[in-house]
Amino acid sequence: MSEVNWNRIKDRSFKYFGIGCTVFGLSVLVVFLLSIIIQGVARIDWDFITSMPSRFAEKAGILPALIGTLWILVLTAAISIPIGVASGVYLEEYGKKNRFAKFLEINIANLAGVPSIIYGLLGLEIFGRIMAMGGSILAGSCTLALLILPVVIVSTREAIKAVPDTLRQASYGLGASKWQTLSRQVIPASAGGIVTGIILAISRAIGETAPLIVVGALVFVPFVPSGPMDQFTVLPIQIFNWVSRPEKEFGVNAAAAIIILLLVTFVMNGIALYLRNRWQKKIKW
Amino acid sequence: MRRKEKFIEALLALCAGISVFTTVGILYVLVSESYGFFATVPLSEFLTDDQWTPLFADQHFGIMPLVAGTLLTTVIAIALALPVGLTIAIYLNEYAHPKLRKSVKPALEVLAAIPTVVYGYFALTVVTPFLQQIFPELAGFSALSAGLVMGVMIIPIISSLSEDALFAVPKSLREASYGMGATPFQTSFKVLVPAASSGIIVSVILAISRAVGETMIVAIAAGQQPNLTANPFVPIETITTYIVQVSTGDVERGSLEYKTIFAAGITLFIFTFILNNISFWIKKKFLQKYE
Repeated sequence: MSEVNWNRIKDRSFKYFGIGCTVFGLSVLVVFLLSIIIQGVARIDWDFITSMPSRFAEKAGILPALIGTLWILVLTAAISIPIGVASGVYLEEYGKKNRFAKFLEINIANLAGVPSIIYGLLGLEIFGRIMAMGGSILAGSCTLALLILPVVIVSTREAIKAVPDTLRQASYGLGASKWQTLSRQVIPASAGGIVTGIILAISRAIGETAPLIVVGALVFVPFVPSGPMDQFTVLPIQIFNWVSRPEKEFGVNAAAAIIILLLVTFVMNGIALYLRNRWQKKIKW
Repeated sequence: MRRKEKFIEALLALCAGISVFTTVGILYVLVSESYGFFATVPLSEFLTDDQWTPLFADQHFGIMPLVAGTLLTTVIAIALALPVGLTIAIYLNEYAHPKLRKSVKPALEVLAAIPTVVYGYFALTVVTPFLQQIFPELAGFSALSAGLVMGVMIIPIISSLSEDALFAVPKSLREASYGMGATPFQTSFKVLVPAASSGIIVSVILAISRAVGETMIVAIAAGQQPNLTANPFVPIETITTYIVQVSTGDVERGSLEYKTIFAAGITLFIFTFILNNISFWIKKKFLQKYE
């Protein structure tokens, strides 16, 4: 066989291998979603969403976990958005050349690579013990806020970077100060990108399990938390608890709770994608 | 007016400084608590003892079984994710129609958006029973099942970032290769992959770092039993899983058992810190090669 033919065969077979790998990745995703839906969808009803957890699988519901997840979502957003956006604006607009900004940049890149469970240890000691928040919703939210801060900062910077300089110069030309230019021109112009990044970061936060377990979130919560200092659990921890039990019925509960968690995650990711597309289309500098 | 501007700048800088507080906090917590641990357990025992049983009556504090478990699941995950992820990247970049590329990439990225506790459920209820049909000796909890599912989770990290790196290779290189009569296969492996190697290596290191720090998949599917072994068929425990195991139990705060999670934590932190900084270094060193 000639060299040319041999090369063609190698090329062909790699192409099919490539198709195979891509199909493998996508089909794992499909199998995965289908198996969960098949196992869990019949279990979802209004009672499942509005019931307390129970020792009996058929009676158990996810109400405290769902409310806990909502609390975490709101508080984490409330803490991480102002700090993250402010840091991003500072690094991109003020601290261009100074040493402090350079140091911050390296620091943030390193924080982005720290495993989430280490943040759990941080929250356990700093928020739980030293600041005396214990295993409360507030301690959990502070921990997750620090965890997603690098993501919020990086996406804020990317969005601000995309705003062209002409906009700034026009604003300065009209006599606006730096902060006026930022708050009235640059930040509104980059809002789409910033919001996209924030939603993606928060959707990651509500899927986190390990750091909250370490901070001291409970595994079994038979009450609905009513304030930020209350003890709590979240959907992923409820799922973890049910998965860890040997009885089959609890596995079905876990699958049903996973469907709810995935719905929340996918809806948030969908909104983020929609905003990103709209924003990219609208802006033609 | 000027005073207000200064005030705002200071306020923004203060917010940015919170990230420094986070780093200092992490280091302070890990070092101060594990200092108490190493005052009781000598470092030599920590590194050389081949058993990890802090929660049993007969206490041993050798980190190696946890390190072995972490490395084993990571190696299995990378052994799956590297070939599959890189092949997908090359296929999408060089063979697939641009339209297909545009729709497949975000679909694969959905894999990265799924919470890891969900992957754990998948490993335990779907992958383990499936593997047990092929390998009857496979235990109900194993490094193999957890590692493979972890591999699926990190495929999009490798495929997406490597694809970006391949895409960034200048068109002139590709065209020169085709002009010499090379097939897409030859162009990919002899021109594009070497040219994009720094980006590909960075993606793999990121994936390794992610696998080393992954918690819930292994906590659910790998068994929570410290085992100094390279056998993928038996239950093991990783560093991260041990921390979760102690956190869900009732260990007294301030006790030696409590301090073990910080000793385990600092070990994990050192691993990921080294990996991350290798990737920064590669990025910095090779970034401007083609500009």
